[in-house]
Amino acid sequence: MCSTCGCDQPDGVTITKVGESKLSFRPVEENHLVKPGHHHTHDSGKKIIEVEQDILAKNNKSAQHNRFHFKEDNIVAINLVSSPGSGKTSLLEKTLKNAEGLNCYVIEGDQQTMNDANRIAKTGVPVVQINTGKGCHLDADMIHHALHQLNPAPDSFVFIENVGNLVCPALFDLGEDFRVAIISVTEGDDKPLKYPDMFEGSDLCIINKMDLLPYVDFDIIRCKEYARRANPNIEFLEASATRGEGIAEWVEWLREKSKERVSV
Amino acid sequence: MHELSIVMGIIDIAEEAVKNNHAQKVDSIELEIGTMAGVELQALDFAWEAAVKNTVLANADREIVTIKAKARCMDCGAEFLIHDQFEACPMCHDFLNEFIQGKELRVKSLVVS
Repeated sequence: MCSTCGCDQPDGVTITKVGESKLSFRPVEENHLVKPGHHHTHDSGKKIIEVEQDILAKNNKSAQHNRFHFKEDNIVAINLVSSPGSGKTSLLEKTLKNAEGLNCYVIEGDQQTMNDANRIAKTGVPVVQINTGKGCHLDADMIHHALHQLNPAPDSFVFIENVGNLVCPALFDLGEDFRVAIISVTEGDDKPLKYPDMFEGSDLCIINKMDLLPYVDFDIIRCKEYARRANPNIEFLEASATRGEGIAEWVEWLREKSKERVSV
Repeated sequence: MHELSIVMGIIDIAEEAVKNNHAQKVDSIELEIGTMAGVELQALDFAWEAAVKNTVLANADREIVTIKAKARCMDCGAEFLIHDQFEACPMCHDFLNEFIQGKELRVKSLVVS
């Protein structure tokens, strides 16, 4: 049940590198458990503590740590977010096959199975699968552990495919440089209105499955307008992962962004 | 259901406060949650009940101070209360707004004993 410390779940979060049989289990943090019977009965008096502490501070601290390592090694990290079935993995497969000259690594996030990591592994790119168990999003600490397994080389790209979910991942900074939201034309064009937090925090929105546009009732102009209401600075790319349309533009976007990042 | 992770974060903060102050438990806790923080209070309640068992927060009273979201129009500079991301500026009816409050997600204070 708990994606943060695995306390309510025997298997917790598992992080597995494709090609290695060893599973690494995330350590269960038990420090927040009070052992029954250890309460002192004497009254030590009440004390008011003004903590003013951000609840996400722990995640944000881990995210900063990841960001520091990415910067140090000149790695561009991309957090891919979408609802399930929008074509994140297909897009990634196509990207990796067409990313000539880019040194790529992938971290896959799903509740269960190695399916996506196995698909990515077939492209020859090093990949680590995070299984969150019952968790609905990746957090920065999971990425930290995954990076230790993945060991990306300097001057590379790390793609993080988040758990398919347009709600929860919005709140969790992973330390990425860019967040990319993927929406497919088989979804409603009002997705940005329904899940504004995700679009507000994204740098780019890729509209996928464009080859299916003639068969569905999806208004691209309206979708973009809705997304811009949540985030006036969001950029757009139109793509079809299965047909390969838009992939070259997306790879070019990655190259440009990596240059911008270096020059900052 | 990221609210569970949020509650786990609150438990961590509470545990640390209890430890640092050589206390045993939390009597009450005050949270500040913005209306645009992306937290569903009902889901938080649900997660809270399950997660605080056997922790220092098990019997703590919880007070949530809701912070109403406020935006500033990037065009005309007007500041106004906002209920969702898509509200237009009441002065110039533009959609270019930036949040100035309402994203808070904080533990404000604790009473420990």
